[in-house]
Amino acid sequence: MIAIVDYGMGNLKSVEKGFKKVGVDAIVTSNPVVVDNAEAIVLPGVGAFKDCIRNLSDLSLTESVVTSINKGKPFLGICLGLQVLFSESEEFGTCKGLDIFRGKVVRFQKGLKVPHMGWNTVRIINRPPILSDIEDNSFFYFVHSFYVAPEEKDVIATTTDYGTTFASMVWKDNIFATQFHPEKSQELGLKVLAGFGKFVRKN
Amino acid sequence: MLAKRIIPCLDVKDGRVVKGVSFVNLRDAGDPVENALYYDKQGADELIFLDITASHEKRKIILDVVEKTAEDVFMPLTVGGGIKTLDDIRDLLRAGCDKVSINTTAVKDPYFISRAAEKFGSQCIVVAIDAKRTADNMADATGEKWFSDLSMQDVILDISGRLTWAISTHGGRKMKMINAVAWAKKMEELGAGEFMLTSMDKDGTKDGYDIELTRTISETVSIPVIASGGAGTLEHLYEGLTAGKADAVLAASIFHFREFTVKEAKEYLRSKGVPVRL
Repeated sequence: MIAIVDYGMGNLKSVEKGFKKVGVDAIVTSNPVVVDNAEAIVLPGVGAFKDCIRNLSDLSLTESVVTSINKGKPFLGICLGLQVLFSESEEFGTCKGLDIFRGKVVRFQKGLKVPHMGWNTVRIINRPPILSDIEDNSFFYFVHSFYVAPEEKDVIATTTDYGTTFASMVWKDNIFATQFHPEKSQELGLKVLAGFGKFVRKN
Repeated sequence: MLAKRIIPCLDVKDGRVVKGVSFVNLRDAGDPVENALYYDKQGADELIFLDITASHEKRKIILDVVEKTAEDVFMPLTVGGGIKTLDDIRDLLRAGCDKVSINTTAVKDPYFISRAAEKFGSQCIVVAIDAKRTADNMADATGEKWFSDLSMQDVILDISGRLTWAISTHGGRKMKMINAVAWAKKMEELGAGEFMLTSMDKDGTKDGYDIELTRTISETVSIPVIASGGAGTLEHLYEGLTAGKADAVLAASIFHFREFTVKEAKEYLRSKGVPVRL
């Protein structure tokens, strides 16, 4: 069973229904015990970085999430669930993240329409197993004002161009995290969720 | 490259899709979920449900519509119309909608937008601006209580000068002494994440978008702008996205009555060099 972590932010229903659509068992939960016992974890979310960090902590979910990741449990972060894996964000002053990956979360430069909203192409740099059914330069749906700048470049799985070239997905061992929203990316997005389900079963 | 978006808009009343001509004389055109699936298959980039349900008791029906749609359609879904409270937004997001579009409530209380953006994030707060050229008679236009708020003074319409646009609310039935361009700037400052900009002069005409309006607002703000009102041909979509500098175009009748499919629209745009997702 996959636990979709509910920390009070974002459209979790779409993630849950997306997994259901591709025949993968997943439940929405804010219970740390359920997260501890789950086979895999999905951390979705849109909104503000500091609210996410605060809500995870208020619901006593931070430790469950971090411990699960460190134990090697399959993890899928989506959008904000990618950003909070990094050391810190410059959104509203500096805010500390979960520090699973070294690097910062930075804002798109001035002169661009922000949020970066809509469908953009994803260039595969280092193909993670959950993208095995995805062609290079496929379109996925994005909506975000900040992006991650990893210090270790080898964690970058895909890149996308918007004013700059940024990491649109990171991957290291059991940790997968996308800036785009698979649950909002129609058929291709569902393939990514199915890919994660397959990885969980094999693991 | 970020693709320009094509967004079909479905007017929903009491849980059924209807189609409007200048916001009046509606006729029934079907089931929301079936319509959503139809556009999903054609590769629409997003969907907007405009809820025009009048009676308060029937307003919860839209939550059912959203929930059913989100079972099968995995693309961004916006709901507009009748949103008055933060709880309304929360209920819609929980039902599976991604963005809400707000007009009248923002005009009554501009700071509602900042509260909504703070609570749910700017990315899900779309401000709908229904703009009308002031060349028309503005005699019936009204002001708002907050006009005495000094921080809001710059949005008050000055009709003595050059051509400008005033905003309307209640589906075009009420005109306001508010300058649409200054209003857009103010709404961006207060946390709007996107604009759905409808020309009330063009809406229902099939004459094309108000390009000057769209370009002026798109150049004034740095959040995405969806052009709406007036699309009758594929060329109109092209004009909205190029001369109008819109990030997305909304159309109802040309898609709704199957004059063109979304795919045909995108093929046309691609042939003219506009980046689209095909």
